[in-house]
Amino acid sequence: MYRYDEFDHAFVKARVAEFGDQVARRLSGTLTEDEFKPLRLMNGVYLQLHAYMLRIAIPYGSLSPRQLRKLAHIARTYDKGYGHFTTRQNLQFHWPKLTDVPKILEELAEVEMHCIQTSGNCIRNVTADHFAGAAADEVADPRPYAEILRQWSSLHPEFSYLPRKFKIAVTGAERDRAAIEVHDIGLHLKKNDKGELGFAVYVGGGLGRTPMVAKKIRDFLPEQDLLSYTTAILRVYNLNGRRDNKYKARIKILVHETGTEELTAAVEAEYAALKDSELRLPDADIRAIETYFKPPRLAARPEGDRAVATAGKTNPGFADWLGRNATTHRNPDYACVTISLKGIGEVPGDASDAQMDAIADLAEQYGNDEIRVSHEQNLILPHVARADLPALHAALVEIGLATANAGLITDIIACPGLDYCALANARSIPVAQEISQRFASQARQAEIGDLQVKISGCINACGHHHVGHIGILGVEKKGAELYQITLGGSAREGSTIGEIIGRGFGPEEITDAVETIVETYLAHRQGREETFLDAYRRLGQAPFKEALYGHEARAA
Amino acid sequence: MKILAANRLTDGETVWLGAGDRWVETIDAAHVARDKEAEERLSAAGDAALAANLVLDVTLVDIDLSDGRVLPSRLRERIRAGGPSIHPDLGKQARNAAQHAA
Repeated sequence: MYRYDEFDHAFVKARVAEFGDQVARRLSGTLTEDEFKPLRLMNGVYLQLHAYMLRIAIPYGSLSPRQLRKLAHIARTYDKGYGHFTTRQNLQFHWPKLTDVPKILEELAEVEMHCIQTSGNCIRNVTADHFAGAAADEVADPRPYAEILRQWSSLHPEFSYLPRKFKIAVTGAERDRAAIEVHDIGLHLKKNDKGELGFAVYVGGGLGRTPMVAKKIRDFLPEQDLLSYTTAILRVYNLNGRRDNKYKARIKILVHETGTEELTAAVEAEYAALKDSELRLPDADIRAIETYFKPPRLAARPEGDRAVATAGKTNPGFADWLGRNATTHRNPDYACVTISLKGIGEVPGDASDAQMDAIADLAEQYGNDEIRVSHEQNLILPHVARADLPALHAALVEIGLATANAGLITDIIACPGLDYCALANARSIPVAQEISQRFASQARQAEIGDLQVKISGCINACGHHHVGHIGILGVEKKGAELYQITLGGSAREGSTIGEIIGRGFGPEEITDAVETIVETYLAHRQGREETFLDAYRRLGQAPFKEALYGHEARAA
Repeated sequence: MKILAANRLTDGETVWLGAGDRWVETIDAAHVARDKEAEERLSAAGDAALAANLVLDVTLVDIDLSDGRVLPSRLRERIRAGGPSIHPDLGKQARNAAQHAA
């Protein structure tokens, strides 16, 4: 993991002191709310329905056990005993007092954490593949580059007042687990024919009110030019992005209105001017950052196959969990483990202080001291010996975190929605809970196979509904909640935006509607190997429309 | 009919303007404006409290009275008055339940 040097410590400490002073001045009345609001947002402090909310940055979703224990401590001491992991690989507390925030920031700084740039019109937490440095299909670890981007973008004077927020994601594998095509900048780390590292660069993706898939504007950018090229993109955006209308201010609108070709030309022109500047990354600097992310020394554990086979025979729960929640590691003796924060009927992404402490213990005992947060709102232990999987599974059963549903219909992404959020129009979490309960049967979930349900409580799309295989958007209509369904979205490579299937459904109808869609898929698929998404792409909307609305058309 | 809702500066707690221009923590204690003039009085008191740095996010909220109890028209404000619907153990609803149990 990256470790703070003296500069980093001093930088965060100074920022904590600065914000502590700003809070004190706000409380004394020296600063008005209008003056304070942009300052608190830059430090991750929002106001929600019931209280303030504090969003803590977890760079590219990487956590040490010590950091996770600190988050558990903060949940217990200053909040209500739980935290909510988000689709930006961050953590939110929903009940902090403003008067406690300076103290919380001091505690976070002790473990090299902060809340800087978790809000505001700046470059937000850079996200990455949650299996980075472990996945078998990875060309190179994306985290060193994410860390370089983090350092470069932190309080960047030129990019602290952008037209709108700006999100960057990096993946190092062909299989895109970081949703790079729905980010403002998506970077796909790869090798060229000569074996050199570089990036395919995607620009102008995003969800929200106007969902768009990013355009690839460069097939190969040498790694040394990472900062000159991203600076070029940000400059073009900062200069030309719209500031007259908040809803048209993201770079996706600029790309759309300018045209990909013209925008690419502008970026390339800026890049040509910057290419040989101090932004060019010396090889030694890249390699120095890489050393922070050296893979752990993994001892040979060839007994894994036998241990797993034995446990699988005697414990069907383990076999289910192994099948869904263990992913192939580059070392055949090891696996990447997904700890599902989607227990049946639970709140997606929530973890209690006791669970966070227990996961920190398990990461030390079985996981080589590493924890990741996935944008799918689960926690990951990226390096677990297969021989330890039965013991890890048993320990997860003890703390209620052994749900075997990674990638299944109950592994739902949901934003906090109207239960907490001041922007929401409808609740998301109760919908997720009811769908989860309806499809609780492990056998039924396994029969359905890979299916991503994503739920947002408003058009801002924090729940990524546009890229759900089944997406659900909550709106308010005549004072009541109404849920609109989109089908066929995907945030994987070759991302697609889901299509609205028809009229929305009330809170009492939405789970039935999802079930109808699932049953229609099962009835029409060409076999178990044809996933929901593949079947939808083959069949189109017609059979789903007929199943959902056919009786209405016939009655009319 | 309207009441005036806000969040308290120090801790973000949802509060409403009650009798004697005091900010109260339960919606049932909110002062109900039944005409335009009373609404304007609420708004003026809200502006003053905002300027005095007591509260933020001050908004007039549409309500009905049901059996003498204040019921906001919008679900948003009903959730704001009770707490997260998914967590009856948290927020004002939990405190109210504890008081009733006592």
